[in-house]
Amino acid sequence: MNAFVDTLISRQDMIQDAFIEHIYLSFVAVAIGIAIALPTGVIIARYRRFAEPVIGVTAIFQTIPSLALFGFLVPILGIGSPTALIALIIYALLPILRNTYAGIVGVDGSTIEAGRGMGMTRTQILRQIELPLALPFIMAGVRTATVLTVGIATLATFVGAGGLGDIIYRGLQSYNNSLVLAGALPVALLAIGFDLILKWIEKRATPKGLKI
Amino acid sequence: MIRFDKVTKRFPDGTEALKDITLDLPARQLTAIIGPSGCGKTTLMKMVNKLENPTAGAIYIDDEPITGMDEVKLRRSIGYVIQRIGLFPHMTIADNVSLVPKLLNWPADKTDERSRELLQLVGLDPDVFMERYPLELSGGQQQRVGVVRALAGDPNIVLMDEPFSALDPISREQLQDELRHLQQEIHKTIIFVTHDMDEALKIADTIVVMKDGQVEQIGTPQQLIDEPANEFVRNFIGTERINQKRSFGERRLKEFVSLYETDWAGEAEPAEAGMSVGDAHQLLEQSGKPRLAVVDKGEVVGFAGERELLRAALQTGKGATA
Repeated sequence: MNAFVDTLISRQDMIQDAFIEHIYLSFVAVAIGIAIALPTGVIIARYRRFAEPVIGVTAIFQTIPSLALFGFLVPILGIGSPTALIALIIYALLPILRNTYAGIVGVDGSTIEAGRGMGMTRTQILRQIELPLALPFIMAGVRTATVLTVGIATLATFVGAGGLGDIIYRGLQSYNNSLVLAGALPVALLAIGFDLILKWIEKRATPKGLKI
Repeated sequence: MIRFDKVTKRFPDGTEALKDITLDLPARQLTAIIGPSGCGKTTLMKMVNKLENPTAGAIYIDDEPITGMDEVKLRRSIGYVIQRIGLFPHMTIADNVSLVPKLLNWPADKTDERSRELLQLVGLDPDVFMERYPLELSGGQQQRVGVVRALAGDPNIVLMDEPFSALDPISREQLQDELRHLQQEIHKTIIFVTHDMDEALKIADTIVVMKDGQVEQIGTPQQLIDEPANEFVRNFIGTERINQKRSFGERRLKEFVSLYETDWAGEAEPAEAGMSVGDAHQLLEQSGKPRLAVVDKGEVVGFAGERELLRAALQTGKGATA
């Protein structure tokens, strides 16, 4: 225990830097993931014949082992944080995409019909009915993607993108268990922390009228 | 007035939902479109606000063909109530009701005033209900809001697609009565699709009976009962009413003596005047005779056939309304 505290204190700067790098990687990856997956989800919910193939492709990405994916990308994109980001984005896509699609498709058809019959345009139906009602699902997808990304971001170290994986890897190489722990613990805390925050947002995002 | 001119609707799979329908629906009246499921009644109604488009023929509102009209604009000028209510669960009652006025860019105070006035009209206290959410309301209250929402934009035409069929019998009766009363105040052109003959007879000024994409008869409730155009209409009124004896109620034969014929030369089955109209109808069916001889204290007071009993039943329905 003492050794662990000593490690924390002596490597404080390094851990801090890695921690910030880790947050940066996860956060940017999820943000770009949302920017891609959310509109795509909306589009495939409207043109449903594309839904199966598009979700299928992202599902295939998901099945590639993460270490292998990082490996695949290095020959193409070289090393560095862009490579790590792209890999992380690919993993973030599926949960967000699938939940956006399921959320919109799951909106009760009668509300859509009522909206159409009252003279709402498709955009108005999307913005005023479909998206608000799908929001809890979308947020749940973002939450899953975030936790997933925080975990996988530890592998970014293998493409030289830093993050808490650096600390863990160093610890492993030098048989320094305290150092491994000093890297792994913040990752776990980060995942739990993000999860709690997003859970709270998810709750807030649920329209009041649906909580009854 | 809404006019259908040689309207045909063929779906991509080849089924003909509507076959060459020419029909005038009177303005400022409540017209019920009734028929067995699959007869095309909903399709016919949905053509008025272009949720369905005819394969051939044209539809006119006040002599203007709707073909060229912008569908979003048209729909905003027509109220729409659907069977499954379709309130937006994430919006308050106030937001639901004011949706169309907002789409029409009404000023906020006018929208608010109109919403309150309409909620009051259907017996929902605006101060209590405006800020509530649909799921906090009972089915009957929700559909009241549904009706209010359809009226909020002050449309001349209101389309109602089996609006009360998902409700429990008590709420349904209440809402039918309320709609009747409401209509006496607002005089909108209401197209009301239903499969329930009791409902149609009770609330409609005009009834359109449909079968297999064709109009079998159009007329007032009384005309339909007095002079059914054909066997189908006769059966549809009859069987429906036998199946659902609700309106026959427990009222007695003797209450309707004035409706009966005084002379009858043919066969007649004797029936006690104390018998309920419902039971009498069954007796008439079973006896196979054309008339019942209504006997009160050993004397024949009149002869009642199917038509007379239906009239009596219709009055029972109306009686319950008053």
